[in-house]
Amino acid sequence: MATTEIRITGFGGQGVILCGHIIGKAAAIYNDQHATLTQSFGPEARGSACSAQVVVSTERVLYPYVTSPHILLAMSNDGYNTHKRHMAEGSILVCEKDLVKPDKRGKEGEVFAVPATRIAEELGRKIVLNIVMLGFFAAVTDLMPMEALRQSVESSVPTGTEELNLKAFDRGYEYGVALKEKTEIQV
Amino acid sequence: MKADAKNVLTGAHYLDGNHACAEGGIAAGCRFFAGYPITPSTEIAERISQRFPLVGGLFIQMEDELASMAAILGASWGGVKSMSCTSGPGFSLMMENFGLGIMTETPCVLVNVQRGGPSTGLPTLPGQADMMQARWGSHGDYEVIALAPDSPQESFELTIHAFNLSEKYRMPVLIMTDECVGHMTEKVVIPPPEEIELIARRYTEKKPDEALPFELTDDLISPMLPVGKGYKFHVTGLTHDERGYPVINAEAQEKNVVRLMDKVNKHADDIIWLEESDVEDAEVVIIAYGISSRVVKPAIARAQKEGIKVGEVKMVTVWPFPEKRVKELASKVKALIMVEMNYGQVFLEMDRIVGGKCATYLAGHAGGTVHKPDDVYRIIKEAVK
Repeated sequence: MATTEIRITGFGGQGVILCGHIIGKAAAIYNDQHATLTQSFGPEARGSACSAQVVVSTERVLYPYVTSPHILLAMSNDGYNTHKRHMAEGSILVCEKDLVKPDKRGKEGEVFAVPATRIAEELGRKIVLNIVMLGFFAAVTDLMPMEALRQSVESSVPTGTEELNLKAFDRGYEYGVALKEKTEIQV
Repeated sequence: MKADAKNVLTGAHYLDGNHACAEGGIAAGCRFFAGYPITPSTEIAERISQRFPLVGGLFIQMEDELASMAAILGASWGGVKSMSCTSGPGFSLMMENFGLGIMTETPCVLVNVQRGGPSTGLPTLPGQADMMQARWGSHGDYEVIALAPDSPQESFELTIHAFNLSEKYRMPVLIMTDECVGHMTEKVVIPPPEEIELIARRYTEKKPDEALPFELTDDLISPMLPVGKGYKFHVTGLTHDERGYPVINAEAQEKNVVRLMDKVNKHADDIIWLEESDVEDAEVVIIAYGISSRVVKPAIARAQKEGIKVGEVKMVTVWPFPEKRVKELASKVKALIMVEMNYGQVFLEMDRIVGGKCATYLAGHAGGTVHKPDDVYRIIKEAVK
């Protein structure tokens, strides 16, 4: 049984929960995996650091909560600081380059950073930064095929915004592919 | 009877338990919802309020939970399948009129998305501590039917099943889910309408001047009388005769209360739904319901890997309690373990039925999170010692 625990964190309003929903839906509906999404509902989910948790597995997810995530997708430094200690050893940090400053106290192995806010601003809508993050996430992790996530974005965003969101996803993905290739060259 | 084709969202969806529950209600033919928002149940009302205008249903946000419960009883007598949802504090407020539903034998479904209590407790975190309130929360002697889903998929399926039971036995049926299941999002497969079997309301075949709303029948379930078709009848919370008229004496009380209880008890075999795994030749059996029946599975697998013979009985229905099966198990196994998010509610019933025939253990806590498989594993180890 292959199980991956993912935590998505950021400010309330950044689209953290939607991000988790799109990842879970991509796995469960478009990639024939099992995926359970849970989220923080408390006062912390309103304005300050909030988080969504997704467990993706080849088998039915029995314990629904994330305990030590293998992937932390961080869109705010607050979120990163709150959750960095609970990551699995050698886990992957996928973060917003300008908003998150990884430090030595985190447990992350590999760090992948993308200037998602700047890319979203270039596209004219800062609000799509979470979708840029998802495209980037698709490129730097091998959790599922990019197409599954892309389809999930398309079927999850509000009607009429599909084109903009898919563009945001593609820009994030391209940035991730380029970054990975460069990383490999450096190694 | 099959589900109404145009209103069933056939296909694979990514839904949380609350949304799935709402879709289950709609697929079951529910067309009246009255409720008052309360975390963590509100998404059920939200989805229904968005979907009902499209399916011809009526959604009302009432002034409180007392009125909500009363409204769904009225709607049901008006001839429409009805439901409401709530959580802890709201469930307390609904208890009086829930009893009215029992007394007037009114089909309807009430969902309690349990959170931590007492009082306002933990609005955003799970609990299973309303189980005895579900059983005994309203005054008087009566029996209840309560179901406990362990996933969004089951939230959909058991809501349909709850409506079917409520029509079959002509009584309110409870869905005792919890915050974890309600707010957990997973794949939910909604089948084609022709695969959704619905039990239609049973109306009298007698003429208006012969029919009685509380007729004593062999199966103890009186057919209902339709409104607007010339039938005149009275419905009251007072002890009543077959006509529904108040009769305030011990004889009528005995007849009425015993029938209300027998209606469930004599059909217990039909109502009770258990899912057993590895129970044959088990030394220890875990009994659990709802989300707890799911998180025990990794603990069971771990113990089995070590050669421990441990099985599970998942109670899809919690009430009526599976007395017969628990008695059988008690005479065969070394120990029964009840796993629930409270400090021993359904456990006490299990322990009472076991009556010392085997050891009993409670894996309980006060709520706020689900059981950690490791904690359940430790109790399995203790039980086989």
